[in-house]
Amino acid sequence: MEKPKPAGYFEGESMTRRGAFTLGGQAVGGLAGVALVLPLVGFAVAPILDTPEERWEKVGNVDDFDADVYRPVITTIRSGIGEAGKTTVYVRQGSIDLEEDPNTFVAVSTRCAHLGCPVRFVRAAGIFSCPCHGGAYDFEGKVIGGPPVRPLDRFQTRVVDGQVEVGPRYSVTGDLEPVRARDPGEFTGGIWEYLYPPRPSTPPAPPS
Amino acid sequence: MAKFPDTLIPPPLRKPAKPGQNGHRNGNGASPNGDSEEKSVVVEKLKEAPVDLVGWVDERTGASPFLTGMLLRKVPKGTNWFYTLGSATMFAFIVQALTGVFLAMYYTPSPVEAYASITNITNDVFMGEFVRGLHKWGSSVMIILIFLHMGRVFFFGAYKYPRELNWVIGVVLIVLTLVMGLTGYLLPFDQRSYWATIVAMNINGTGPIVGPYLADFLRAGAEFESTTLSRFYALHMLLVPGAIIALIGAHLYLVVKLGTTAPPWVRGDTKPKSLRKEKVG
Repeated sequence: MEKPKPAGYFEGESMTRRGAFTLGGQAVGGLAGVALVLPLVGFAVAPILDTPEERWEKVGNVDDFDADVYRPVITTIRSGIGEAGKTTVYVRQGSIDLEEDPNTFVAVSTRCAHLGCPVRFVRAAGIFSCPCHGGAYDFEGKVIGGPPVRPLDRFQTRVVDGQVEVGPRYSVTGDLEPVRARDPGEFTGGIWEYLYPPRPSTPPAPPS
Repeated sequence: MAKFPDTLIPPPLRKPAKPGQNGHRNGNGASPNGDSEEKSVVVEKLKEAPVDLVGWVDERTGASPFLTGMLLRKVPKGTNWFYTLGSATMFAFIVQALTGVFLAMYYTPSPVEAYASITNITNDVFMGEFVRGLHKWGSSVMIILIFLHMGRVFFFGAYKYPRELNWVIGVVLIVLTLVMGLTGYLLPFDQRSYWATIVAMNINGTGPIVGPYLADFLRAGAEFESTTLSRFYALHMLLVPGAIIALIGAHLYLVVKLGTTAPPWVRGDTKPKSLRKEKVG
């Protein structure tokens, strides 16, 4: 026997009245949900896409820095949050012994390439040493011991009116080739450049 | 059924006395029985007021069958003190929630002021050291208890059919509890909490492909940013506790619905009288 037709049925309909209203109600509810959730998700993740201002901080006179020893300077990488926005940077003059241009300056980040603890330059040994998990780096910042996965990051430098200025951060490969800045714990060079993508707003690496 | 006592209703709202009734309901003091009897009736009514009030609420919510079913449910033979670990964990959570709400009255989630507001709580606010200490040590207590509870469920085999879903919810609750520990650790904003959080965020960053984005989400940017602390604060006091409360509700619902298990050393009753024929199909 044929099923009885629902109330309001008319010949040739492909969908019951109830079915149409159910679908319509769910569609409106779904749209309202999406209209609420999408802006909130965007609100929470937007900072990832923000491009921070490019800061150049004066850190001292050209004469203040030597080629054979680092001098610690304190720079601000994020303003308005007090001590939490500051970091120590080790700066030296380019060294002829290391085939660097003596008119340039090298600024090495204190952010350990393992998990981001602050490393310290030990002058007597000529190495960088990390207090957290025992990472050790040589004079150029290359890993000589412990868990770090790549050499210490660097900051771009320039000389303006006889003043050394420290600019955006960049990371380096094991051979000190500049690449775009990565977070600590992330490998650089080769396939790792794709497995650890930099955030879209990261400035390009300086030419080597 | 219980009804709301007249004594608790202001006179103008009381029902007028029915014709022929010489009750005190009209509240105009024209009682022929005299004041002393009137007073004893009031005292009697007041004595019953709490019972009547509960009855009034119950009549309108129908809560008592639900509450008696939940609180006076039968438990299996052999139930022992190990079965209190779940309630103990929930009590630890309630302590954390209450102390947290009150700590929020004095805490400032700003990188410049956070540490000062914490020292203010500890040193200056009346009982501040106690409330903050309760929250700080209570967090460790909750994590210890939740793992003991997990061990109890595991070793008693209480995760087996039909309680697998409750095990899954419990595991999510453990993860959320650990997230509470992680996000709360940053809030005092001293050297230890700052560097521990830096390390924790960078550990997140070491996951291939998604790691860097996850770390960015936690930090709200590329470095420790001006909004990182308030982001952790919002996660710690709103998002994660809300999820924990909802999941505890689901967890308890399933406990009440499915009942608890007997300890593994309690044997089933094998007397022939109590055996039932196995139903197949």
